[in-house]
Amino acid sequence: MSDVQHHIKLPDGSIEKQTTTLNLGPTHPATHGVMQNIIELDGERIVSAEQTVGYIHRAFEKLAERRPLYQITTLTDRLNYCSSPINNMGWHMTCEKLLNVKTPKRVDYLRVIIMEIARITDHLICNSIVGVDSGAYTGFLYVMQYRELAYEIYEEVCGSRLTTNMGRIGGFERNFTNTAFEKLEKFLKEFPVAWKEFENLFTRNRIFMDRLIGTGAISAERALNYGFTGPNLRAAGVDYDVRVHTPYSSYEDFDFVVPVGKTGDNYDRFLVRGEEVWQSLSIIEQAYRKVQEFKGADAEVYHADVPEYYLPEKKDVYTKMEALIWHFKIVMGEVEMPKGEVYHSVEGANGELGFYLISDGGRTPYRLHFRRPCFIYYQAYPELTKGAMLSDAIMTMSSLNLIAGELDA
Amino acid sequence: MSLNKETIKQKLVAKFGEQLTEWEEPYGVLTFTAAKDINLKVMQFLYDDEELKFRFLTDLCAVHYPTRKDEEIAVVYHLHNLPDNIRLRFKIFVPAVQPDVFTASKLFEAANWMERETYDFFGVNFIGHPKLKRILNVDEMDYFPMRKEFPLEDQTRIDKDDEMFGRGGTLGFGTQKAVIETVAEDDKNNEGEEVV
Repeated sequence: MSDVQHHIKLPDGSIEKQTTTLNLGPTHPATHGVMQNIIELDGERIVSAEQTVGYIHRAFEKLAERRPLYQITTLTDRLNYCSSPINNMGWHMTCEKLLNVKTPKRVDYLRVIIMEIARITDHLICNSIVGVDSGAYTGFLYVMQYRELAYEIYEEVCGSRLTTNMGRIGGFERNFTNTAFEKLEKFLKEFPVAWKEFENLFTRNRIFMDRLIGTGAISAERALNYGFTGPNLRAAGVDYDVRVHTPYSSYEDFDFVVPVGKTGDNYDRFLVRGEEVWQSLSIIEQAYRKVQEFKGADAEVYHADVPEYYLPEKKDVYTKMEALIWHFKIVMGEVEMPKGEVYHSVEGANGELGFYLISDGGRTPYRLHFRRPCFIYYQAYPELTKGAMLSDAIMTMSSLNLIAGELDA
Repeated sequence: MSLNKETIKQKLVAKFGEQLTEWEEPYGVLTFTAAKDINLKVMQFLYDDEELKFRFLTDLCAVHYPTRKDEEIAVVYHLHNLPDNIRLRFKIFVPAVQPDVFTASKLFEAANWMERETYDFFGVNFIGHPKLKRILNVDEMDYFPMRKEFPLEDQTRIDKDDEMFGRGGTLGFGTQKAVIETVAEDDKNNEGEEVV
């Protein structure tokens, strides 16, 4: 107890506190979204952290109970908005599983292309933001222009950029245009150069390494117990990837490596994401080659034949009776779906994104639950940061890839 | 050696017998219902058994079935055996008036927030949970919104006096009377329109 403190007159009844409480968030630049961390600090060391979530809860699960299947796609957009096409495709596949729809191979490959682009954009943001939080802004700006290019591809395919609402049950709303493929080629040609340079800038950078290595580490066992999935689990050394374990959308046709880390710390998470981008690029190239192999009428296939759920083309609606009827029924949400319960999951950019759908045979889901990966692994944050420095906690937060939209549903 | 669903079923039946019912396999996922007080025992058994190894809790959520008398709320667990890649789903049913369920958070850290979320939306009381309080909704909320007795807002309601959101109010958007009046008003205004 220093002499100075004796001279400070504390109000009666106040307790002399040995630690500092710091509110990080809800609108702090380092939290990347509206979430709050109440951190108890002893000097600069973290004694404990407590997370508060729910600032942007929008009751998606409740809303979904009143919506026909195709209207729920827009809700999935707003979960992990850094890679909404993956959420969209995952939702369509859940519906297809319930309805027993078999999609054509070309649709599967086109979906793979889109989902892998989305994974790249998500990892690109996460890794470059890790850079930003450690004080290196350049890399972020450098790779960001390629996200712009990726968004232009989305725009060509579905008309929107961030919350894509892409695809329909059974396939896509329209065939990919030539411009879309040209942009894809441009992306495949130019992005690897930028990503290589980005990695040169960071991976062996001494300062960057010192900031990341050994911070926010978790063992494989604890990571599994905490329900980690995706790159965060793989960084801890568990090679669980939904694309490999339970292939969907014909992922079994592709040849790729699942990168794993060893220590589960921030640096390994960074490396795993970096390598996954390369793998995604390879998958896109393979898928693009496969798509090009379709010739003639096969090259025009972009959806399965599900008249009950797939909106017919406008010209058919105006000229054909059947199409008009289906158009009306779908738009008014008057299609009854089969009874059943289905769990389907896809490898989202930050983990296993699951959809648990229960139908009682009505027009809307009886219950829909989203397994949101970052809601589950964010629980580990106090354990990851305990005893670390405040600046490490910031790095841990950004390398976990938390997306507030997904956290709060 | 790979584990199959038949073996899992046999092992579980041998251990718990009659307490497990409603065996199903919807869309390839082994599903059953357990008696409400043995949920933790079932999970512990699935976790500890050297062959079963269900050591990953994928998902935990609840479903409200108002028509099921005295067992209105179902708590659904999705477990995953990662080495053999088998998923399993089991449910327990509890009455809505006293939805007491043993917590799984001692076995799986992951269950902590999932149970808080389930409590938040369905009011399931997880006995032994370290910190059972609301997580996504505000603490002051005094109902459990995902239960079926709370319907979403009726799209045609007119009792809300809110001009900005297009319902009711002095402009009376959405009401039949208002539409007619507005049209009439527009017609009247148009008469005096001049081109300057």
